[in-house]
Amino acid sequence: MNLDRLLPNLGEWLRGAGPDVDTVVSTRIRLARNLRDFLFNTRANATQKAEIETRVCQAISKAKLNPRLDYISVQELGNLDRLFLVERQLISRELASTQEGPRGVAFDPRESVSVMVNEEDHLRIQVMRSGLALQEAWQEIDQVDDELEMRLSFAFHERFGYLTACPTNVGTGLRASVMLHLPAMGITKELEKLFKSLQKLKLEVRGLYGEGSRASGDLYQISNQVTLGRSEPELLHDMLEIIQNIIAYERKMRQKLLQERKQAEQDRVARAIGTLTNATMITSEETMELLSTVRLGIHLGLLNDLPQTIVNQLFIHSQSAHLQKLVQRALNPEERNTARANYLRDRLRDLGTKR
Amino acid sequence: MNKCSHCGQPATIHFTSLVGTQKHTKYLCEACAREEGITGEIPLAEGGPLNLQTLVAMVLSSQPPQPQTEHLRCEACGMKYVQFRAEGRLGCSHDYDAFAAGLVPLLERVHSDVAHCGKVPRSLRARSELEQLELELHRAVTEERYEDAAALRDQLREKEQQP
Repeated sequence: MNLDRLLPNLGEWLRGAGPDVDTVVSTRIRLARNLRDFLFNTRANATQKAEIETRVCQAISKAKLNPRLDYISVQELGNLDRLFLVERQLISRELASTQEGPRGVAFDPRESVSVMVNEEDHLRIQVMRSGLALQEAWQEIDQVDDELEMRLSFAFHERFGYLTACPTNVGTGLRASVMLHLPAMGITKELEKLFKSLQKLKLEVRGLYGEGSRASGDLYQISNQVTLGRSEPELLHDMLEIIQNIIAYERKMRQKLLQERKQAEQDRVARAIGTLTNATMITSEETMELLSTVRLGIHLGLLNDLPQTIVNQLFIHSQSAHLQKLVQRALNPEERNTARANYLRDRLRDLGTKR
Repeated sequence: MNKCSHCGQPATIHFTSLVGTQKHTKYLCEACAREEGITGEIPLAEGGPLNLQTLVAMVLSSQPPQPQTEHLRCEACGMKYVQFRAEGRLGCSHDYDAFAAGLVPLLERVHSDVAHCGKVPRSLRARSELEQLELELHRAVTEERYEDAAALRDQLREKEQQP
């Protein structure tokens, strides 16, 4: 499979078409599963992993999935291609670099359904949707899980549920993550409060890229911590309620920004566009910050001629591996900063953005 | 789930104290624990929000070594419980039973509950439906509800014949 053909596509989670896209970038649900008759990947050797890979791939190719999933061996990929898949959220960094031996990922052309093979667990089924779509994503992943289970034997315990390598995943094996864009809460310094309350509610918060309390690009991934002792619909329902509260709050903060500092925000947005359109070198951190401002500007109605999908496209193509694939050669960090600036400039000038 | 020894609410904190050679154990809810001066709070990892691997490591390291679990070993994969405590990951499906003594408190800490009540694999779903029907049939016979028993017996026969 030539991964370059994925370049022009945005991938499901960046499609920008789902519900609540003004605040919710994407929804992702993942199920962890292991085959009953094999050691976990902490102890399985390469031969066993190859056998696991074969069985899972057979099950995937025979399963009634629409659209079909195509498998690619990550073990056989070079570093750049692996990073490319990480950037598209199709594989984790763990599968790309930490795990060893036969492993890979199967995914559909829309990059909405994927199955990682031989990551921390034998299978990691994943469904991604644009916007807030926990119920829809669950329905789809439930079916994929059923289809695969008909052709494989999953490790399951009456008391502990689906068995996983790490006890933090045992039971339902379900990790639901919602990626939120919370620039207004960042500006008004409401984030610390949010994190504390989320911790009490047993929800995990992580910046998409970067460390510290204000994440790069104001993008936050909120996931459930609990996987055992509650049913899947209950877990998702609980999460949904909390996410809806956060969304409402962010929207309130945005309105506050508009009321109290419209001109200042307008200026910030204009400067962001200005830098993105004119810089000759730019880091990915700065790009993320500026794109966050632009994304906010669009949803505050301060930028009417730039569709959000363009922002998503700029976002993904300015990532390190994507950039190198676009220019078709490897780049060192400094060259990347130049290539990134060139790409952004060209793209935005093509659009002829008016202010 | 255990109940708080002070107020009877669900207890999320299992507090063990060693006074000399005397070991005292009690179950507390968060509110009563705070009153006792036991915070039970996991400090945020440096650099920002908590992630799950850190959580497992912290819970494992904050638990005192449990004497009755030190020697545990899984026959199927050879993993020792102490290795799991060091690595944070298990070796095979059988570890869950082999290490239950140590895992159950950990699972309570992370998930607040230890009984799975979610999805069941389809192949096992059928089996437990049969078991459920058998149970009800037995109950009906014991209670001399013979009509119910007959209906259940027919249902059972039907289900058993299904692939």
